[in-house]
Amino acid sequence: MNIKNNNHVLRSGNLGLILLKMRTFIALFIILGFFSLTVDGFLAPASLIIMIKHISINAFLALGITFVIITAGIDLSIGATLGFCGMVAGYLISHGLVIEPLGIAIFPSVWVVVPVVIIIGGFIGAINGFIITRYKVAPFICTLGTMYIIRGAAMLLSGGETFAGLQGNPELGNTGFDAIGSGYLFGLPIAIWLMFIMAGVIAYIAKKLPFGRHVYAIGDNEKAAELSGIKVNNVKVWVYTIAGICAAIAGIVVTSQLVASHPATGTTFEMNAIAAVVLGGTSLAGGRGTITGTLIGAFVIGILADGLVMMGVSEFWQMVIKGVVIIIAVIIDQMQNKMQYKAAIGSQKAVC
Amino acid sequence: MSISDENVILRAEDICMVFPGTKALDHVTYKVYQGAVNVIIGENGAGKSTLMKIISGVQSPTHGQLYLKGEKVHITGPRSAAQHGIGMVHQELNLSENLTVAENLFLGREQQKGISPIDERHQNTIAKQTMARLKQNIAPNELVANLKVGQKQLVEIAKSLIADVDILILDEPTSALSKKEVQVLFEVINDLTQQGVSIVYISHRLEELMEIGQYITILRDGKFQSEAMVKDIDVAWIVREMLGSEPVTNFLTADRSFGEVVLQASHINLINEAEVTLVDDVSFSLRAGEIVGIYGLMGAGRTELFECLLGKERFSGEFTLDKQKVNTHMSTSERIKMGLGLVPEDRKQSGIFPISSVANNLSMSSLWKRLKGLAINEVSEKEAVTKTIDELSIKVSSPQVEIQALSGGNQQKVVIGRALLTEPKVLLLDEPTRGIDIGAKGDVFEMMVKLSEQGIGILFSTSDLKEIMAVSDRILVMSNGKLTADLMRDETNESQLVHASAQGF
Repeated sequence: MNIKNNNHVLRSGNLGLILLKMRTFIALFIILGFFSLTVDGFLAPASLIIMIKHISINAFLALGITFVIITAGIDLSIGATLGFCGMVAGYLISHGLVIEPLGIAIFPSVWVVVPVVIIIGGFIGAINGFIITRYKVAPFICTLGTMYIIRGAAMLLSGGETFAGLQGNPELGNTGFDAIGSGYLFGLPIAIWLMFIMAGVIAYIAKKLPFGRHVYAIGDNEKAAELSGIKVNNVKVWVYTIAGICAAIAGIVVTSQLVASHPATGTTFEMNAIAAVVLGGTSLAGGRGTITGTLIGAFVIGILADGLVMMGVSEFWQMVIKGVVIIIAVIIDQMQNKMQYKAAIGSQKAVC
Repeated sequence: MSISDENVILRAEDICMVFPGTKALDHVTYKVYQGAVNVIIGENGAGKSTLMKIISGVQSPTHGQLYLKGEKVHITGPRSAAQHGIGMVHQELNLSENLTVAENLFLGREQQKGISPIDERHQNTIAKQTMARLKQNIAPNELVANLKVGQKQLVEIAKSLIADVDILILDEPTSALSKKEVQVLFEVINDLTQQGVSIVYISHRLEELMEIGQYITILRDGKFQSEAMVKDIDVAWIVREMLGSEPVTNFLTADRSFGEVVLQASHINLINEAEVTLVDDVSFSLRAGEIVGIYGLMGAGRTELFECLLGKERFSGEFTLDKQKVNTHMSTSERIKMGLGLVPEDRKQSGIFPISSVANNLSMSSLWKRLKGLAINEVSEKEAVTKTIDELSIKVSSPQVEIQALSGGNQQKVVIGRALLTEPKVLLLDEPTRGIDIGAKGDVFEMMVKLSEQGIGILFSTSDLKEIMAVSDRILVMSNGKLTADLMRDETNESQLVHASAQGF
């Protein structure tokens, strides 16, 4: 009864609002158009694939941290987790699992290394979540602390050295690690497939599972979520766990692409990831945001970075431009929220 | 009853205050008598706070004039009110816990010139003198955070005294105080009146008013109702004047039948971290299809009792829901699955998900009922949402609208709908009519009656006498954490309830 007259409200309603909602998408096309005009061969498949491969690393992190940010939290430790997980993978392949009393080293196959590293990443995230929920530590402080701890641990693993030559040794049966980063499937790099699969899985969780609803509800009003029977602490621990798992996957892909792991890999990557999430329309205040938005946000940041490099813009100007884009995006975000609220009030007035 | 006008220090004449949609004050003339305790009383929404806001300069009236000592005055803001010697202590304390007593007293008027440091010695001396005037031995450099609630209240009063008040407005000053602290406050008030300060005292606790007040003014529905000397009247008179003589609307039919006991509470106790007893040995029962109202003033322990039932509070005692025990360490979601539904008191803070859609707000508690495998069954969810919107006649342009765009009454219906979708056996409604307009109140009451007829046991709380009489089969009265009455509605009256609501001390 009340629902029928809704359509015309929407139709007569703001074209501006729709444009605002699509803004990240529009920005993506503007950037693509700009670079295709100014850089020769920018849209050639080969260069596009290389760009998307670069984007995928940031996308892994950004997708993982989106849930965290929707619950009004933050995770600064994902860059360090990426580095640490890469180091663990490197260590297991180059040194094996050393059991000192027996004087032997077991070299696990890649099929073991990858799941183990992913579990370690998830575990790091779970610890973050546990500290945040159990001891009521602000997420910013908690993950700032764990960021230093994890980065330090990565350095300790190798004494600051690089683990190189991670192709594995056929005699030890641990080859194939490099295929993750350089391999192709149906004409596209595996990393790109992984990115889309991960985006699909996380979007499914967000849209179709009760867990996703709970994440949004917690970011919107934590007290109400608690009273509605949502297990707020459990959900939060899982949210950080997911961020950790995604960081571990990113760590594996980076290490495999380089066929080497360095303990400083991933430093400040968390900032790029947060930027992508925010560009994608997720509110740091919680409750608002989409997975598609995050993916597009990662594309905007990645293409902007690579495009500017190809144009020959200096690295210093790149930084300035990136910062300006982020701030403009957030200002537009505020405008959209206001307009959306006004439009909702307007359509309500038509009913009452 | 004639009261001589010579002692009037402040007269508010013919005040009107119009808000969009409502008339909060309707040609009210109000007098404050010099050196006396002037009590003002009325039901929620009678216009007390609006009138006080006008006198203390927070709001300007739409129409009307204030006379201070016989002269016209224009009060343009709280600062100008202070210059005229009018101070107000609000119900919620406005102290900075991280600062000392003296720093709080001089906040915004620090004794200091240019870039010289604050003259702390001078401030401390004055603070000490002021506290002495209140017969309090609180050190000026004590942190406010270390004080008890009663002491904080006195610091608030001291803040007004420093500004040299002639008229001091106290808005429900005793709602958070213990019996002993109330006595201290009363002594202070008596001292102040002897020093010539006029007190305006707002409270819902009628017994207290009878003890401290000299003049009483009653407002009803935004209009001046009556004025009297407290020594000439009694509690029954106040209730009569406050509620009026018109019969209370009755939402219940004559032939109501109830089923088995669905909720049994025995010896519930709740003691908070500060070792204050919030709920004190409360036992009661609720039958299927019965509406039980809990009446009590603010701080009587109603909300805390509800939190024992559904929240995380660690209580002692036992709840039995439909013959199953509810344990302290059961999570909220387990309790909801057992058949408890809660509509929380503060809708904004703990009821709605403001930026989520109406549909998501409705289905949030009952997603576990609508799973297809692991995923949410969207068809069944949509059906449930549409059905609830229809049944509760929630006015919404589309289920996808953000709930914050709805009116208070419609938001409340959504929160009730969310609890109903879990198919509860017992529905708890904590102050369900707070902040919604009269029409929506009626809707909520009718909804409660309809649900009770479907066999749901309903427990609701309110501090409004008319509401409790309008829609309860049985009435419980809480006071200071204790249950002081358990009465059938037909066998009681408002005076009895008011009396019981002051018995817990």
